[in-house]
This record gives sequence, structure tokens and C-alpha cells, in this order.
Amino acid sequence: MMTGKGILKGLGVTLKRFIDTYLDDLRWWGKRYYTPEGIAHRSSKDAKGVFTIQYPEEKLPVPEEFRYKPFLLYDEGPNGEQNIRCTSCGICAKACPPQCIWIVRGTDPQTGRPVPQPAGFWIDADICMSCGFCAEYCPFDAIKMDHNYEVASYTRNLMDINDLLKPVSYYASIRPLNYAREEEARKAKEAAKAAKSQA
Amino acid sequence: MTTPAPAETLDLAARFPGAVSADTRPGYTGWIVTPEKLLEFAQFVRDELGYDYLVNLCAVDYLPENRMEVVYNVFKTTGGPGLTFKTWAPRTDPIEIPSVISIWPGADFQEREAWDLYGVKFIGHPDLRRILMWEGFEGHPMRKDWQEAFYDEDVKPFKRRWPDGKHVYAEKRAVYGDNINFKPGFDPEKWTPTDPEEALYKSLKKYKSETTDGIETDHIIVNMGPQHPSTHGVFRAVVVLDGETVVSLKPVMGYLHRNHEKIGERNTWLQNMPYTDRLDYFNSMTNNWGYALAVEKLMGIPVAERAEYIRVIMAELSRIQNHLILIGMLLNDLGAYFTPALYAFEERELILDVFEAVSGSRMMCNYFRFGGVVRDIDEDSLRKIKDLVFDRLPRKIEEFDRLLTENEIIVSRLKGVAPLTAEEAIAYSMAGPMLRASGVPYDIRRADPYGIYDRFDFDVAVRYNGDMYDRYLIRVDEMHQSIRILQQAVKSIPEGPIASQKPSYTTKVPPGESYGRVEGPKGELGFYLVSTGKPNPWRYHVRTPSFVNLTALEKMCIGTKIADFVAILGAVDIVLGELDR
Ligand code: SF4
Ligand code: SF4
Repeated sequence: MMTGKGILKGLGVTLKRFIDTYLDDLRWWGKRYYTPEGIAHRSSKDAKGVFTIQYPEEKLPVPEEFRYKPFLLYDEGPNGEQNIRCTSCGICAKACPPQCIWIVRGTDPQTGRPVPQPAGFWIDADICMSCGFCAEYCPFDAIKMDHNYEVASYTRNLMDINDLLKPVSYYASIRPLNYAREEEARKAKEAAKAAKSQA
Repeated sequence: MTTPAPAETLDLAARFPGAVSADTRPGYTGWIVTPEKLLEFAQFVRDELGYDYLVNLCAVDYLPENRMEVVYNVFKTTGGPGLTFKTWAPRTDPIEIPSVISIWPGADFQEREAWDLYGVKFIGHPDLRRILMWEGFEGHPMRKDWQEAFYDEDVKPFKRRWPDGKHVYAEKRAVYGDNINFKPGFDPEKWTPTDPEEALYKSLKKYKSETTDGIETDHIIVNMGPQHPSTHGVFRAVVVLDGETVVSLKPVMGYLHRNHEKIGERNTWLQNMPYTDRLDYFNSMTNNWGYALAVEKLMGIPVAERAEYIRVIMAELSRIQNHLILIGMLLNDLGAYFTPALYAFEERELILDVFEAVSGSRMMCNYFRFGGVVRDIDEDSLRKIKDLVFDRLPRKIEEFDRLLTENEIIVSRLKGVAPLTAEEAIAYSMAGPMLRASGVPYDIRRADPYGIYDRFDFDVAVRYNGDMYDRYLIRVDEMHQSIRILQQAVKSIPEGPIASQKPSYTTKVPPGESYGRVEGPKGELGFYLVSTGKPNPWRYHVRTPSFVNLTALEKMCIGTKIADFVAILGAVDIVLGELDR
């Protein structure tokens, strides 16, 4: 075998890729960058040439299941009131692997009995490992995983209930399929309940 | 392959009367050997019974029974189930157990780890130094009565979190120092450390200077790392050089040590799942599998059929991206700066896109659950996977092949360098591609099958020279085989549920022990677990390929050039997340 043939073969590969980059740019004629289709093309099986996403000018869209930090959900009442879904049952705090969820269970000031509302809710977001267990095991769909990953800060990130609360409409916008599925299940449950109470 | 006689039919107790007894604790298997007869027993097991391959050695602290146990999992490189045996000593220092390093040299680092973390003295070990903690550290942090600086409670969930969980920062509650127990009579103010490096340098082969041809020549000691771009993380090797040739070498590790196993024993069974992601963070899918497998064994539960296919698909995709990165980075180590590495990253990104879509995260997948996986593959992702395995990946692997395999520089840098014979590879407990590149066709997916690998048609890749070039080629071969498996799996994946258990954050695990092992991309990943029936594991040990595969590093490097050391280390394919744990 001729010495250098292997190297030439390899150089052929790099040369082809080099040319492909320009061909692909030409084919897309300016649309390859900074457009949703361009980004989708660059992360498809047919992608050739430059892969890099020009962050922060461009952002890779995140899939629905993407999880970053958790947030708490509230339903919006007719008069703008925030009906917090969390019942302070404590399941998420028990399931959380690094134990970064802290909950003070609500109590009725008159009777001293537990009420289904948190009196305090913190997530130490610096410790949170984004595992998603809290959202997975909450029986009330009260805590979900957010898509916002730009959370860098100069200080520590201890999130209290005000930082954590977001409306259900926001949840529906980032996780439409999950939201639809859960709503359906809720309606089916309510219908079953209604049918039972009528019978 | 001959089917080995099942271990249960062997009556080893009769063979060693008074010294060996069957382990009859409920949920346990194997044999208990007295320390006095341990070496004789081990020799017999290796030479007469053919268990030539020690894969796992770890200590277990049975504090309530005042018993320190050492567990050995041995296998035959011809395949088949393994044999477990244990020895124990009372839990009062010094705890002394004979070292099996003379029988299985692969015990070297694993015994050092047990010494470091549990304080088991292995008599006869030639270099019993700490390995993950630093020399001069007080105490043995895996012992059950050892408490970390920010100790909260023995096991999770911590009572401080709910129902009266007013948040306080750990350092406010337990100001550093409050949790530290000093030995009686120990005064930290008066303490002066002995140089922790002294023992390390002593362990290296003697430094010498000599006069050749009238010129005085010295050996020199070079510290590669811990901050060194070629060590793939914070890893250090101390090398004694004669000119450019390596005379002696000791790896130094533990810079990323976080006492993963201690955390694991504080966690509930399920809480460990996302922590396994952080071991080999390139392959969280296979880490999840190894752990799930060990727990499923303990629980005795089946895995949903569709989930079995999903598991295979995810594990093989993971293997392909791991090998691509390995090859790319190996070329970096050889000096081909970043072109192959970035080519590899492109394909890896496409695979990670799939992981992100199904699991929610590109690298910290946390995707497996006991009895299945957390969620189904959506149609879109399945289509993407098909595009990858039928179209793009075969093309790209072929392109890599064209780019690199025949390149004369690569061939001359790799061929014949740092060979390891089959016998050596087995003796040093090498696993995965490192073992198979040395001519041992041992692949857990075939030798001790798990999941549904027995349903797929694929070959165990094997190469026979055991040199660096074969370590490169074996990865290419394995990617081709993974593609074969994937093509079959995506074609035949059935519909159906993806979990055999109801989702729950609590797990009931009956008492007992189990060792679950999977063929990770880097080699055998094993989990040794002990359950006492409580919500948390009593023992959670991870046998990681990165750690054990380094046992032979010195052997491979001696006589090579210092520049080759970088590539040799690269080809072992270590990742510090699982090496240091
Ligand atoms: S978020 Fe959900 S799991 Fe957590 S306390 Fe509230 S209701 Fe319970
Ligand atoms: S995502 Fe995981 S770590 Fe973070 S708060 Fe939820 S359970 Fe805890």
C-alpha cells in the first residue's frame, strides 16, 4: 500500500465536509441561520456543515418533556385570585433526592388542624438536581418542571412561594400535551364522581 | 460455550470443612469463608472451578452485628453465572483480611478502596494506601457510624423538611466543625500532618541516577495533572521517567470524590436513580439500567415488555455516542486537535436530542424506573431514532472509518503500543472494550445476559492484539454491532405498557443482597446492594469500569513514551464522575 493513502483518504473526508458547508449555506440562501426552519434543519438527520447554534441570538427549541427547575401552579379565579393547587401534602418533599424542598404545612389558626394549603414553601434551587421527581409524584398536579434554563445569578437561588408560583395557563403553554392529558383525566374523574352522586 | 455447573450444586462447605459455610441469611447466596482459609479457597475457586475473573470486591459494614464483611463476586471468562463469597472479621480495629491480590491482581484498587472507606486492612497488599480520600484523612467515611460535616439524619426523607419545614441553610444549622468527632486525645490545633505525598512517592519504583557513557543521567518525576488537559478531568498521574520512557507510574484520584455510596445509603431506593446519572455522565441511560437491574433482582419483579425494548434502544444509542466521543477524544490526545472530536459531537448531539425528548434531559436522563421506564417514546422520537439507525449513523460511522482507520500517522502511533495479553487483561479484571481488544470475547450481554439481549442477533466484537490500535478498532466494531441491535429493536418493538409497577415514590424491597451488572460502554458496571427491608439500602456499592480498568494502567505504560501515556489513558476511556464517585 502506498504510504500516505490513508491520510489522503482522510483529507478527502474533511475537504468534502468543508465544501458541504458552503453548499448547504447556498442551498438555504440566508435562511440557514436565525430561522426556526434553519435550526430544525441543522438538528435533523440531513444536517451538513455548521451545526453550531449561535446562542444567545439563536436558541435550540426545547422539547415538551424538558425539565429544569420546578414551579408551583395556581388556577386563576374569575376575579384574578390565585388558587394554589398545592395541598402541602409533603410527597414532593419526601421524594426529592437532595432534599431541597422545604414545606410548612398550613394550619387553621382557630382549630390548629392542618389545612390543604402551604404556609411556607421553599425550593433551594442551587441544590435541586432537576430530576423531576416532585412533578412526577405530586398527586395534585401542583408542581411541574419549568422550561426556563437561563437562571444564572450572582446570588444563591433560594426560591420561596412567590418565586415559585406561576399560572396554569403558563404550564399549558409550555407542556400542551401533558396539560391536555391531565385535564382529560380530571374531567373523566369529575364526571365519574358526578355520576356516582346522582346514582 | 459450555454451561457451567450451577454454583448451588457445588458443596464447597464439604470441601473446606469448618472453614466454609453456605450463606443462609434470607435473600443471600454464596459462601462464607473464614479469613484464615480465604486464600486457599480463592485459589481453589480460580484454579479448580475456573472462576478466573474477579469483577467486584467491596466491604459491607454490618454495624449492629459488629461485623465487617468483604464480598467477592467472581465469574468465568467463558461465560455463565458467577459465584459470590464473603469473609468477615469483627468490627474492631484493626480489621484484618488477607489480600487476594496474589490470586486476582485486579483486586488492587478495590482493596485500597475498601481500606480507604471502611478501614479493612488487607494483609499482603503491597501498596495499601488511601485511594479516594487523601492520605492523612481521619476516619473511614463509608462506615455506618461516620457522619459527614453537614449531617442531617441517617436516612431520607429528613424530618426537618416537612411538615414544619422552615428553610435554613445547612451551614447555618451545622456550622462547619460541629459535626466533626475527633479521636480522644486529638487536638487539631497541635496536629501537623505528615507529608501526604510521601507514601505516594515511596510507592513509585526507585528513583535512580546512573552514569552511562560518562554522562550522569537522572530519572525525573513528572506530575501529570490534576490540572492537565489530557487527563479528561481532574485526574493525576505521577510518572517516573528515564528520558522520555516511563519507568513507573501511579495514578492519583479522588479529586471528584463525593462519597456517592454514602449518599446512596442515605437515599431511598428510588432517590438513587438520578444520582446514578452522575456517575458516568456520558451514559446515564446505562447507569440507570445497572441500578434498576440490581433493584429489580432484589424485588423479584418483571420488566414491562415494551420497556425492555426501550431500554435496549437507549443503551445502544448511548454506547454509540460514547464510542464516538472516545474516538474523537483519543485523536485529541494524539494531537489531531478537535476535528474528529467535533465530528463526533455532531452525531452525539443528534442522539442527545432523542434523550432529551424522551427523558427531559440530555445527559441527566433519570429515565429508568423499577419495572420499566418513566415514559413512553413518542412517535416523533421513534422516527428520529429510525432515521439515525437506518440512515445517518451507519453513514457517519463509515465516514469516521475513512477519516481515521488507515491514516498512517494514527496507525504508527497506535499499532503495537501498550499491549495487554488476554491473560493479563483477565488477571487485572479489565472489562468491556479493553478486555475484548485483548482477545477475550467477554460481553455481559452474551456471557451473562440481562434484559432481552438474547433475542437479538449480534456478534461480540473481539480483537486479538491487545494494543492501542485494537482498542480503537474494537470501538468501531462495537458501533456496527450496536447499529445491528438497534435496527432489530426499532423494527420489533411491541406496543404496550412501559412499566410493570404502579408509579410510586416508595419502594418495598425485601431483605437480601444482589449484584446487578450491565455491559456499559466503558465496561462492566455493577451494583452490589444489600437490603434490610427498610426504605433505604443498607449497602449501595458501585463497581465502575473506569475505576477497575485503571488497575492495569501502570502495567500498560511502563516502557512506553510519555506522549503515549496520554493516549493510553484516553483509550481506557475513563470518566471522573464514576472513577472518583
Ligand atoms: S406540590 Fe404536590 S406533592 Fe408537593 S406538597 Fe404540594 S401537593 Fe403535595
Ligand atoms: S426536581 Fe428533583 S431535586 Fe429538584 S426539587 Fe424536584 S424532586 Fe427535588
